[in-house]
Amino acid sequence: MIEIIETGPFNTIQDFGRPGYRDIGVTASGAMDPLAVKVGNILVGNDDDAAAIEVQTFPFKLLFVTGGVFAVTGADGCPTLDGRELLAWCVHRAEPGQILQLRQPPTLARAYLLFAGGLDVPVLMGSRSTSLRGGFGGNAGRPLINGDRIEFGQSWDALTLPASGIAVIEPAVALRDVFPAPIDGALPIRAIQAGEHELFAGDGKAFWNQTWRISSSSDRTGYRLSGEPIKAKATVEMRSHGVVPGVIQVPPAGEPIIQMSDANTAGGYPKIAGVIECDLWRLGQARIGTRLRFVRSTHAEARAVERAVARYVEDVRRTSQMVKRALKAMA
Amino acid sequence: MMIATSNTITSSGKIAVVTKGRARISCIGTRSFLLEAPGEFDLPAQRWIWALAQTVRGWADIAEVIPGMTNLLAILKETPEDPELITIRLLEAWNSAESLDLAGKTIEIPVHYGGAHAIDLPAICDFCGLSDREVVRLHHEASYRVFALGSAPGFGYLHGLDPRIYMPRKTVPSLRMEKGSVTIGGMQTGVAMLTGPNGWNSLGHAELQMFDPTSATPALMMPGDIVRFLPARIEL
Repeated sequence: MIEIIETGPFNTIQDFGRPGYRDIGVTASGAMDPLAVKVGNILVGNDDDAAAIEVQTFPFKLLFVTGGVFAVTGADGCPTLDGRELLAWCVHRAEPGQILQLRQPPTLARAYLLFAGGLDVPVLMGSRSTSLRGGFGGNAGRPLINGDRIEFGQSWDALTLPASGIAVIEPAVALRDVFPAPIDGALPIRAIQAGEHELFAGDGKAFWNQTWRISSSSDRTGYRLSGEPIKAKATVEMRSHGVVPGVIQVPPAGEPIIQMSDANTAGGYPKIAGVIECDLWRLGQARIGTRLRFVRSTHAEARAVERAVARYVEDVRRTSQMVKRALKAMA
Repeated sequence: MMIATSNTITSSGKIAVVTKGRARISCIGTRSFLLEAPGEFDLPAQRWIWALAQTVRGWADIAEVIPGMTNLLAILKETPEDPELITIRLLEAWNSAESLDLAGKTIEIPVHYGGAHAIDLPAICDFCGLSDREVVRLHHEASYRVFALGSAPGFGYLHGLDPRIYMPRKTVPSLRMEKGSVTIGGMQTGVAMLTGPNGWNSLGHAELQMFDPTSATPALMMPGDIVRFLPARIEL
């Protein structure tokens, strides 16, 4: 069991969300960086989709009421356990009474805390994710507050951990060939054209050719971009249709909005493009103020990136199991 | 290009041939394809969407189907190598879809018309030039069909509003509209499911609980259901 000692607003319990209920108006929710959740769960020996704490406001502090095995992934929140610095992307063990603390990460946006056995909050509509808009799921349907106590689930992975833990090379490093670094300080985000692309003059040139900035009115629901407004050549009356994270809509004022994990399930603004799904975690780790550029992509390229990510995840899984088996044999 | 048609019986009892026309398909992400029906925002178009939803839900490579207002979003389990093949399959399914009238249940929703929650009733009256009594009568005398759910958990977009009380969405949404507000948005009506920002126009309030996340069937409304508003109280 853990107890939250200190938290900022909007830190929530998230897993991979509850897709499949958008047809009854339920937002999928889920971690903004699902890759960090998946890798962290593999490290602590959980199913890939066990629930994590998503920390997006810092500092964050929790007490291990009972001992547990845990990992910190995603943004490097400079974790410390009882004041001792810990490696991120690494499994550690905490004794009862120890305090885990995360501070503001230097560059990225969201840190994830994974615990062996996961977090034992009720499953609603197939997920433990907090639905902030619906006010259900996660811990009592709301962000974490000081004093919240959460139990661990059952862990089946009898871990033998070396004192220094088991670490992985984080995706941003291991996959740098498929996720290009920022160019002139602008994060490249790959996207494909969406339905109303041709409504924008010059084939949407002003959209693809400028550097956008993630504005301060951005959150888990969506990122509002600031830059030179882009205007549709004509106003179209759209009928409400289903919406998924990644879609880039352009409201009449001309500043695009990228829908994120808490995306509304329906919308009607003209859509200029859609971010390829495998780039969404990079957006999830992009802070307010980040500059980004959209790069034209294709389904074939998205497939290639997905395959590279899957190879990395399988490699982490295989290696981690191998190391644990070897340690068990030595014990 | 094949054009599919369907016979529908009009209110006058005559058989009219309705041309389905070519649907428009676009991508909104790597796995998501949006099919939009051409033509009017009406029940015949929605019946084809309901039929299409039933067909597409049966495909082995489909993760999710979200019917919208005369459109449908199909989400695949995996990113396809060649999106053109999916477009062709969706178009074929659209062209061969036969009109499907979902046999829905009837939901009666008691409404307190007017009063403190009817914040936009004066504006609706101004816009349509009818008295508040007349607006309320037209609203509760009609029978509505749930076309689709979306936007908020359990929220049903209702079709069947009397054209005399169509009311455009507000350009500046109300920041805090109460859950249960009975609202008009353009040619649609519905009951607000969450307290929060809302651009629709409120003319009353309903207490009925319409969403329960802990239930096996969380949403009360389903596409095809018939909704009637019962004037439990009229306070003008």
